[in-house]
Amino acid sequence: MTPRVPDAAEPQGTAAAQSKIHDSLALPLSLRVNGARRELRLDPRTSLLDALRDHLQLSGTKKGCDQGACGACTVLVNGQRVLSCLSLALQHEGDDVTTIEGLVNDEAGHVLQAGFIEADGFQCGYCTPGQICSAVGMLHEFGQGVPSAVTPIASLSATTLNDEELKERMSGNLCRCGAYVGICDAIRTAHERLGRQAR
Amino acid sequence: MKPFEYVRAASTASALDEVAHRPNSKFLGGGTNLVDLMRENIEQPDALVDITRLPFSEIREREDGGLSLGAGARNTAVASHPVVRARYPMLSEAILCGASGQIRNMATVGGNLMQRTRCFYFYDEAARCNKRQPGAGCDAIEGFNRIHAILGASDACIATHPSDMCVALAALDATVQVSGPQGERTMPFLEFHRLPGDTPHIETELKPGELITSVELPPLDAAGSRYRKIRDRSSYAFALVSVAAAVSIRDGIVADVRLALGGVAHKPWRALEAERLLRHAPASLEHLRFAVDAELAAAKSFVHNHFKIELAKRAVVSVLGGLMGLESAR
Repeated sequence: MTPRVPDAAEPQGTAAAQSKIHDSLALPLSLRVNGARRELRLDPRTSLLDALRDHLQLSGTKKGCDQGACGACTVLVNGQRVLSCLSLALQHEGDDVTTIEGLVNDEAGHVLQAGFIEADGFQCGYCTPGQICSAVGMLHEFGQGVPSAVTPIASLSATTLNDEELKERMSGNLCRCGAYVGICDAIRTAHERLGRQAR
Repeated sequence: MKPFEYVRAASTASALDEVAHRPNSKFLGGGTNLVDLMRENIEQPDALVDITRLPFSEIREREDGGLSLGAGARNTAVASHPVVRARYPMLSEAILCGASGQIRNMATVGGNLMQRTRCFYFYDEAARCNKRQPGAGCDAIEGFNRIHAILGASDACIATHPSDMCVALAALDATVQVSGPQGERTMPFLEFHRLPGDTPHIETELKPGELITSVELPPLDAAGSRYRKIRDRSSYAFALVSVAAAVSIRDGIVADVRLALGGVAHKPWRALEAERLLRHAPASLEHLRFAVDAELAAAKSFVHNHFKIELAKRAVVSVLGGLMGLESAR
């Protein structure tokens, strides 16, 4: 059988024609990922999550719901935690993205990882990269004085990261195994250790 | 997701121009709602004009004592702003009650206004939905309608607006600043969103090609303001009912009052009738209950959401009664 070679006259709607359309719409993207400059050419439909996993082979960031409900895809963009499934990769031109792989050299990431192991903050582990990236971003937010829904309204920011604050701030990360007690213990321990180190 | 053209706008003028010259194009802000809707094939734009690099993220104090919120300001930035925390506490509370930390870091002021409903049938391509496909019918009316509207709904649509922030903006008498092909204009926030009527697919009064550039808050002259959200789980869930309220009492009399409800209608519901009855009335539980009963007299429930009528009344009495310092309100 002769291989089918698509030509320019091929009617639209076939797979080959579709892929041609996509190629013609592909755009360059330059961003920094885990400290390294990366240049990509992407179909505009590519989410930041798919760019990381499928184009940069950084599979540590997990695809859970792919609709912003679970937090498994959490990464840090310019130091802030975001859901990589809910933004297009092209929105991140020039941004500095840190994934779980990039936290290997991050102090908070390192302390949190140790905390999760000690406190058994997981069962299957699928949500863990998102939990740790989210916790790194959350502890940074807390340190910067970002309030939460349970912070008393009379104060500008929360003074202590009590359990109520911790749970509210981490509510965007679901764990289907229900390892929440260990997750909270891990983050609480890491927060205390990082605080001691800072003093 | 349907293929689309992606354009990154370098200026407001070029953003307006790009959208004006591309049929079926949309502005892209944080993307937290639009990207999801596109993945579900509910939104199918032919082009996206990315406006996240435009200089719209400023939060600035106004000369009249109010505050200007740039349309591109992220939710976290608005909720954490010292002036918002001190002078518009209900706005900070409302934003922080919505979504999650990750989403609030991306989501913008303008995008929050443009959020679309979370009605299950709107999201389900196999269901009939007049909002998604005008004239198709509404499967929510006879369906599972626990989360649906009790006020201002129509035979065509009983969806609710999902935003928390917008409920506070409705109570605060905000205005929306927009730029478009015909220049700039300002519209009252209360006139920005529409009730469904027989055109539930038209959700706002924005004209084609118009871009929200800021939301303006006038000064709020009230001692206390609050946002309270009631939902099925204590965090990261949409409201069943929410209340934004502010009140000023002088000598036991209500000098001024603001009240808006979320989770009950196609738009953030400003309770103007209750406000009218409460203003200049004694700050008492009796007057409060009378006013809230009047506001909800026209409420209409469906098979699964009858509870919302009583829930809304009790939530208002609790929040406003608390702000008035009425002990037995809680």
